[in-house]
Amino acid sequence: MALLSGQNLACVKQDRILFENINFSIDSSELLYVRGQNGAGKTSLLRILVGLADPAEGTIEYKQQNIQQANELYCQDLVYFGHKLGLSLNLNAIENLRFWCQLNQVTTSESELYELLANLGLVGLEDVMVSQLSAGQQRRVALARLWLKASAKLWILDEPFTALDVQGIALLRNKMIQHLSEGGAIIITSHQTLDVDYPTSELVLEYRI
Amino acid sequence: MTAMLMAIFKRDLALAIRQRAELLQPMMFFVLVISLFPLGVGPGPETLQKIGPGVIWVAAILSSLLGMERLFRDDFQDGTLEQLMLSGAPMPLVCVVKVLVHWLVSIFPLILLSPLLGVFLNLNLAMYWALLATLLVGTPLLSLVGAVAVGLTVGLQKGGVLLALLLLPVFVPLLIFATAAVDAASLQLPYTAHLGLIGAMLLLAFALAPVAIAYALKVSQS
Repeated sequence: MALLSGQNLACVKQDRILFENINFSIDSSELLYVRGQNGAGKTSLLRILVGLADPAEGTIEYKQQNIQQANELYCQDLVYFGHKLGLSLNLNAIENLRFWCQLNQVTTSESELYELLANLGLVGLEDVMVSQLSAGQQRRVALARLWLKASAKLWILDEPFTALDVQGIALLRNKMIQHLSEGGAIIITSHQTLDVDYPTSELVLEYRI
Repeated sequence: MTAMLMAIFKRDLALAIRQRAELLQPMMFFVLVISLFPLGVGPGPETLQKIGPGVIWVAAILSSLLGMERLFRDDFQDGTLEQLMLSGAPMPLVCVVKVLVHWLVSIFPLILLSPLLGVFLNLNLAMYWALLATLLVGTPLLSLVGAVAVGLTVGLQKGGVLLALLLLPVFVPLLIFATAAVDAASLQLPYTAHLGLIGAMLLLAFALAPVAIAYALKVSQS
């Protein structure tokens, strides 16, 4: 029984078919690596998978239910990390994460948040406005969600390694393997080689003219 | 769920307070426009009293349009809107909370300033009470209907002018009923009928707009 599956997915942007007839399914403890050139439609595919955009054709099912119908359950089990970080530039890291936790009904304490940010290499930057942080530091704050929402079963990550330094990438890789070994599933796009010590299935999107 | 909506309320309020300068602009515009009128048309008390309600309402509509874009712009650009949609929170209710905060921080201060401006334009007490009543019932309508258009144009690069073009015709009935109410008050006539009509429009907007805003935002995402 597949966790998330897509049948016959197609996406059309500005009269150009980005992709069509995409079929995939992912089960718990599986890692799906979506590959393709710039403009092949990776981000569009992921946005369709999380339900932010509607596919031109095809259906997506989460636990055998259409994601529109099972929206509440799907949202509970999902963490989406997109190109836009979802951090307010005029709030600090703690305020941003606290708000996200309240929104996703994740109970956490102030000290846990501080500890987590310390683990992510952001000691002393907790009270700094996000707009003052570097690009990599902002991404680290946003990635903290993966640690916070322990109940999430499915991660959908769009280029999570961008702007991260070597330690950041290692931290994220370890967290991904931990998530997978605990029965979670991950769908990821990346231009870097994934280099994760875990069996990976691939979905290749061709760039079409 | 209440906790969720409270969290959104508090966050939006905190953000608004940190962006005070941006909030002050529409307010300054409102005061400036109204204080220019006595200079421009001359300080004749009767003339000012005649044009007063219309001037205040037009200025209120224009200055609310100035600040309207703020409603979803930052959240759209930084991706907070995506995370809101994927949190499973009921979007229509989320939109109501966001519109409420926007009204509180950018339009409610205009209402607080209105007694002063009433003096500028020589409104008498009966007219002032009528003006206050129409502003209190009418401006939430501005925010609710405006938010639908903001939701639709938030994905565009230069949505500002388009927003005004979309919204100004829609606000015409409100303007007519509101100024008619104040005119009636100046003649010592009852104005509850006008107020009732604006109230009816507000209730209708309150029922339909949240769903429309949520849908507009969803459309803007794809």
